Amino acid sequence: MAEHSKSIPVQHIIGFVLSIVLTLLAAWAALGSNLPVKWIIAGILTLAVIQAGIQLFMFMHMTESESRNGHVPWNMMFHGFVLAAIIVAGSLFTMSWGFDHHPGKDDMGTHQEEEQQHGGH
Amino acid sequence: MRLDEFFVTGEPLIYAGMVSIALVTSAALFLLTYFKKWGWLWREWLTTVDHKKIGIMYILAALAMLFRGGVDALMMRVQLAFPDMNFLDAQHYDEIFTTHGTVMIIFMAMPFLIGLMNIIVPLQIGARDFAFPYVNALSFWSFMFGAMLFNISFVIGGSPDAGWTSYTPLAGAAMSPGPGQNFYLLGLQLSGIGTLATGINLMVTILKMRAPGMKLFQMPIFTWSTLVTCFIIVFAFPILTVALALMTIDRIFGSQFFTLTGEGLPMMWANLFWMWGHPEVYIVILPAFGIFSEVIATFAKKRLFGYNAMVWSMILIAGLSFLVWVHHFFTMGAGAFVNSVFSISTMLIAVPTGVKIFNWLATLYKAKIKFSVAMMWALAFIPSFVIGGVTGVMLGMAAADYQFHNSYFLVAHFHYVLIAGTVFACFAGLVFWYPKMFGHKLNERLGKWSFWFFVIGFHVCFFPQYFLGLDGMPRRIFITNIAEWLPLNIISTVGAFGMGAGFAIFVFNIYYSYRYSEREKTGDSWDGRTLEWATPTPVPYYNFATVPYVDKYDAFLAMKEKGETTYDEERLEPIHMPSYTGQPFIMMGFLFIASFALVFEWIPLAILGLAGGLIMMIVRSFDYDEGYYVEVDEIKRIERKARGL
Repeated sequence: MAEHSKSIPVQHIIGFVLSIVLTLLAAWAALGSNLPVKWIIAGILTLAVIQAGIQLFMFMHMTESESRNGHVPWNMMFHGFVLAAIIVAGSLFTMSWGFDHHPGKDDMGTHQEEEQQHGGH
Repeated sequence: MRLDEFFVTGEPLIYAGMVSIALVTSAALFLLTYFKKWGWLWREWLTTVDHKKIGIMYILAALAMLFRGGVDALMMRVQLAFPDMNFLDAQHYDEIFTTHGTVMIIFMAMPFLIGLMNIIVPLQIGARDFAFPYVNALSFWSFMFGAMLFNISFVIGGSPDAGWTSYTPLAGAAMSPGPGQNFYLLGLQLSGIGTLATGINLMVTILKMRAPGMKLFQMPIFTWSTLVTCFIIVFAFPILTVALALMTIDRIFGSQFFTLTGEGLPMMWANLFWMWGHPEVYIVILPAFGIFSEVIATFAKKRLFGYNAMVWSMILIAGLSFLVWVHHFFTMGAGAFVNSVFSISTMLIAVPTGVKIFNWLATLYKAKIKFSVAMMWALAFIPSFVIGGVTGVMLGMAAADYQFHNSYFLVAHFHYVLIAGTVFACFAGLVFWYPKMFGHKLNERLGKWSFWFFVIGFHVCFFPQYFLGLDGMPRRIFITNIAEWLPLNIISTVGAFGMGAGFAIFVFNIYYSYRYSEREKTGDSWDGRTLEWATPTPVPYYNFATVPYVDKYDAFLAMKEKGETTYDEERLEPIHMPSYTGQPFIMMGFLFIASFALVFEWIPLAILGLAGGLIMMIVRSFDYDEGYYVEVDEIKRIERKARGL
């Protein structure tokens, strides 16, 4: 605490500005640009990867080595990735896996509630 | 917007609410002014960063919310017992079950437990405060302002009415116009900031600030349960934040994430909600398990049986909690395979939970049990919670769930786990640690009265609801004058009033004990086993004059055997403490203004509020306050007085 430096944290400011710029860029791509949908999706995904990289390298101590009394938080990163996988893969699994049969051919009467879900799909 | 649209009009009950709010507020303002307590309020409470004071504020707020949610519950029960009396209309009933659920989970259960963690965890690990005391104050004020924002909805603008789960499309702009649902979204968003920050804060505190020598597997079990809970909070709350943000954008700015039109996916809300919501129920039950473990070990006067198994089962429960969310909406019809997967993962959770139950029983086995009030809550928890757990496994079977879904069987189940688990634990924990917080015990005789009223009332209220569910009574319905439901509904209502009486006696007991209870002379009120009992009572603001070296589980037990205390005059050094600051209160006040403006979609005011919050963050960034040191002479003076040396 005593050797608290008052120098400007350049790296953090750059990272902060970059992450805002990337977010605005993604918002513009989705709302303001006239690009084809596939390009928009690919573009946003690329921006997301860059964004994650910025977070990891500018804020999440990825560059701290053991020698400088820090360490790379592999453990937390692993858990973060597992959770992200659960959210994305889990959502795809629950939201689309069961819905690929074709309703309306057979059991119309018994599955009216399901029908409404398909309506929103 | 006209004034009669701003205030809720036309409901006698709500006019009564307005009058009582006005009376209580003006009484509070009058008393503060009359006794010249404004400075005291600001200096001692609003600007505090002391974890013990923040914890007390959390618990007071949680008790107030328990009262509010309880009144909601009693109103619902009156309506259900006398369906022809026209006590509540459909709209009012919908609003009340929505606020009841939201208040009880978000603004009662979590803050109560976080309040207990705030006070006890640093004491149990031999720390002098949180890792980030400033952030801790920020967390509290974000919770407090979020709770206030949600609670004013019933007099201003109208309450949300789409259930505490707020399923879309019902909760979307098309079917729930007006500010009601926005109160839900922004109240939860605002208080969610605090919950997430507390999760990080406590995690760092536990990992980095333990007493020298204390290994992870020597930590008290309540601290362990807090650590595991923090991991769940850190991983689960961002999901809620994103889901709330998406629905807010849907409602206020017209996007189509969860709408029926524009290729929105309404069920995606349910999916995201329960991805947070299921871990959430473990956020409120794991600390409860920790409290019961401490209470049972203390009053059975035995080392907790199977400590390692207890810890590992909590870690396993935490992991599994992220893999079961679909069991909340089996009836969505995702298909047999998806439902089977989640059915099995759901039943797997019963295994580590069962391990814990048997460990508690084994701790009690052949023990010389002291039947204090805290212990009675813990003992009542075990069988009651097992009933809730077993019916939970029944609900977890996907095929059977198609019958039970959204019936009173489900309502009975989750009240059995949440009340017998979380609420009993809140009472047990508060009674157990009360002497540490306030310097005197709660009266045991009154405590037993409130215990029996509450526990018997609880079973009378909720056990019949299992059978109401099996008789086909759906939840969230306000007309129930069907002959075969009526007797059970009336019994249930009688039980609910029994619980209300139990709570009233509990609150009276706080007042009674404040007046008449004997003051504590030592810090060790119950012949405790863990470090929080090593401090004198009341706890000095720096907690530990000297931090003991810990190399055993049940650290204080070992200290007592060796005759050590937390006051070793030879080892005294100046103690570094954080300064009090009003910034967290002001920052969250600005965010409250922003959220309130967003509720009514007043965008300019919302931008002003956010700008205010941002300015406070900049102020904080250039704040170089390093805290202060407590000098050795000052420590000596305080400790000698506290210990009667």
